[in-house]
Amino acid sequence: MFSLVPFRKSALRPTVALTLFGLAVATVSAPITVADAQARGGLDVSQITIAPNLSHFTLENGLEVVVIPDRRAPVATHMLWYKVGSADEPEGQSGVAHFLEHLMFKGTSTHPNGAFSKLIADIGGRENAFTSLDYTAYFQRVGKEHLPAMMEMEADRMHNLVLTDEVVAPERDVVLEERRSRVDANPGSRLREAMDAIMFVNHPYGSPVIGWESEIKALNKDAALAFYDRFYTPNNAVLIVAGDVEPDEVRRLAENTYGKVPRRAEPGARLRPAEPPLQGTRRIELEDPRVRQERFSQVWIVPSSSNAESVTSEALDVLSYVLGGSSSSRLYTALVLDREIALSAGSYYQATALDDSRFAVFGSPKPGTALPELEQAIARVIDVLLADGISEDELARAKHAMVADAVYAQDSQTSLARIFGAALTTGSTVEDVQSWPQRIQMVTVEDVKQAARAYLTKEPVIGYLKMPKQPGPEANDASAQTTEERS
Amino acid sequence: MQLVTIMRPSAAGTALFATLLTFLSFLPAQAVTIERVISPGGIEAWLVADDTVPLIAMNFSFDGGTVQDPDGKEGLTRLLTASLDEGAGELTSAEYKARLEELAVSIGFSADRDHLYGSLRTLTATRDDAFALLRLALTEPRFDETDMERNRARLIAGVRRQEQDPNALAGRAFVEALFGDHPYARRSGGTEDSLNALSTDDIRAQMGRVMSKDSLVIGVVGAIDADTLAPLLDDIFGGLPATGDLTPVDDFEPVSGERISLSLEIPQTSILLGLPGLKRTDPDYQAAFVMNHILGGGSFTSWLYKEVREKRGLSYSVGTSLGPYEHAGLLSGSAATRPDRAGQTVEIMLAQLERMATDGPTLEELNGAKRFLTGSYALRFDTSGKIASQLVALKNAGLGIDYFDRRNAEIEAVTLKDVTRVAQRLLKDVAPTIVTIGPSGETATQ
Repeated sequence: MFSLVPFRKSALRPTVALTLFGLAVATVSAPITVADAQARGGLDVSQITIAPNLSHFTLENGLEVVVIPDRRAPVATHMLWYKVGSADEPEGQSGVAHFLEHLMFKGTSTHPNGAFSKLIADIGGRENAFTSLDYTAYFQRVGKEHLPAMMEMEADRMHNLVLTDEVVAPERDVVLEERRSRVDANPGSRLREAMDAIMFVNHPYGSPVIGWESEIKALNKDAALAFYDRFYTPNNAVLIVAGDVEPDEVRRLAENTYGKVPRRAEPGARLRPAEPPLQGTRRIELEDPRVRQERFSQVWIVPSSSNAESVTSEALDVLSYVLGGSSSSRLYTALVLDREIALSAGSYYQATALDDSRFAVFGSPKPGTALPELEQAIARVIDVLLADGISEDELARAKHAMVADAVYAQDSQTSLARIFGAALTTGSTVEDVQSWPQRIQMVTVEDVKQAARAYLTKEPVIGYLKMPKQPGPEANDASAQTTEERS
Repeated sequence: MQLVTIMRPSAAGTALFATLLTFLSFLPAQAVTIERVISPGGIEAWLVADDTVPLIAMNFSFDGGTVQDPDGKEGLTRLLTASLDEGAGELTSAEYKARLEELAVSIGFSADRDHLYGSLRTLTATRDDAFALLRLALTEPRFDETDMERNRARLIAGVRRQEQDPNALAGRAFVEALFGDHPYARRSGGTEDSLNALSTDDIRAQMGRVMSKDSLVIGVVGAIDADTLAPLLDDIFGGLPATGDLTPVDDFEPVSGERISLSLEIPQTSILLGLPGLKRTDPDYQAAFVMNHILGGGSFTSWLYKEVREKRGLSYSVGTSLGPYEHAGLLSGSAATRPDRAGQTVEIMLAQLERMATDGPTLEELNGAKRFLTGSYALRFDTSGKIASQLVALKNAGLGIDYFDRRNAEIEAVTLKDVTRVAQRLLKDVAPTIVTIGPSGETATQ
């Protein structure tokens, strides 16, 4: 749930950390009584509340604010999250949310020519921004004495952005280079993009966050500003401040900065076109001479933490852990250790989404194993799980590992801020995040079996990442050839 | 992977050597006290005790990384690190890993060119079990045949993947051009042939040569005090051999002036450039560090960021970085751009190096860089694990236990004259070695 760290599907050895790290986090001051820990070296989960000392309030103009004190170092993490992502883009303008994110660094009428970034560099702060399907966020990490300046300037760029063609044109080229680096240059990324496109054929999750190349090329100043004016408004944003701060002081600062920004728009309910149930098998095979490690993946559309009933989302979390979340998981044990036909195998469930989400299993075959053989072997593992469910012992191990990882993650202020930001911009509440360990604890083997039978029996979307056919010595050499010149 | 988060990268350096250590040891000085802990058996560790979070992070290292792979046995150190958590004592690989999972403890090993590293993370409740499992891995590893074969297959698959990965290909050509016959040019991940030739005897022999107490460095952060830690160090590490047997490695100056153009049908041309840099022990290191920050370091204000990305939109990520290795210093830069603009991008990058050597920065730029580098001191390391690994890096670099307190003053003390001097020393009349990889015909190396 509330996964933020992009799952490294390419990881050869799914380690515990991979699935666990996506989980919610207990705060620094969480009263974890490890002395009472259970025999399994465990934690008393009933004692863990995530960020019990946070403050949560809403300004008059609709801006939601969360303050998470963490006084280990004299620094503050300041994050502004907008409830808008690539899935909110107008038809034909894929990539505009991300393009605007880049352009937000160009300057405002009050602080022109990138003055915000210059100030941050000058005080030794760190900054960045990111765009996803459902949200866009901007953040800075600074010495705590600089927090007021960050709030003033971030509030300023919520309504005073200035763009000229002179800065927009080169930035569009930067984004096109970014797309070449991230997607075009990487066969695995191209396959994922294609799988998304055939999985979500009506819902906008089918378009890549960075945008299709032809549509990025058509973006301009007006498109970016129209998007900005429609979505960048206090009533469509969430402010998260974590670090060595006083909640009352943050509230006062917020009122004096963000509180002065008018409600610029009423974006309304985030209703996206629904994904119709589609018949038949959907497969995609991507062959590329640069693939040297073949890969199988299959993905199902499942509920997210926002739209799931009861504990379905938590049951899917547990299911993913047991099926493929560790080196003692069902998939890893069967395919890598016992049958020795795969170099890696695992699964993931991405719970954080406003609408439906994905559950995936994947594996990389050992040389000599064909992808269809790996696919069948994975299907058998899933069939057994569908028939018999998981054991009480597997359930207990999964719960323990998932909650323990939440304690480890409390070490990072930024992770905690991101978990709340992502949750609040995808339809979850502060309380949803805080009570996550208790909800995980409620999951039964029956819940897991029900969730598996409800969703993993549907037709998945299947992807093969393949080496070119017949990589005999000659073809192989030709494709792998690089010519070298020295001058 | 549903949530592709798309970041603006801070100007990226070249990820040339996999686990390049950052020698900027930023820590909130006011929040950190480093204690030197000596065990009854004489094993030393540096400790930052902090019980805010009920966990312990321990990192450690031994001298001798992949550079110690014997000729023809490239990849041996990587196979060793992959095998160290594959079962020990009575526990088979599956049992050992199940035990770690049950305890929610992680133990891992890795290597770079110069060092072999280990790390452990445990909650305080599972501390004793975690330390016992680490002791087992260090003193009674099994290296069972099936586990070794699995790891061998995995490493070979990695080698094959790299054969088609443009960045890996460029990186390899880059390292070979820069380091020639020096062991740094070796393939640290091995080749199919060298990996296939390795045996469990080789792994045991390499372990005995490298993993010994005489070069052991330990950093610990978290909920444990010095008195508790001291005897536990003997329990964990006491069984290691007293001395190792390392092959001496010569110091080396990276070769400049090479131009290599690799041709591969890919949509983007990657550019790497490298030239001699400074080792961490060089008196000019901090001046070079400040100079690099202005030229192409990690903020949205460097010269390369402005000229290559902001003004011309040539590359998404562009930057330079210093590589202070044990036996060589390197200054490297990188960018990736449309193939038809590769020549232009290289020219602009070279022009900025030239400008740094001839004009140097303004006083205002210098002061801005110093404000950034000192102001960000408190931000860099936000987790116990990162601090533990920095303690290890600090000790390995010979910077002294008081470095965190000295560090900002050293940056403050860098003058315009220092930066100009070091810029001339490093960049004047030096042609960098340049490697490009991209579609043929258009990747003109001017």
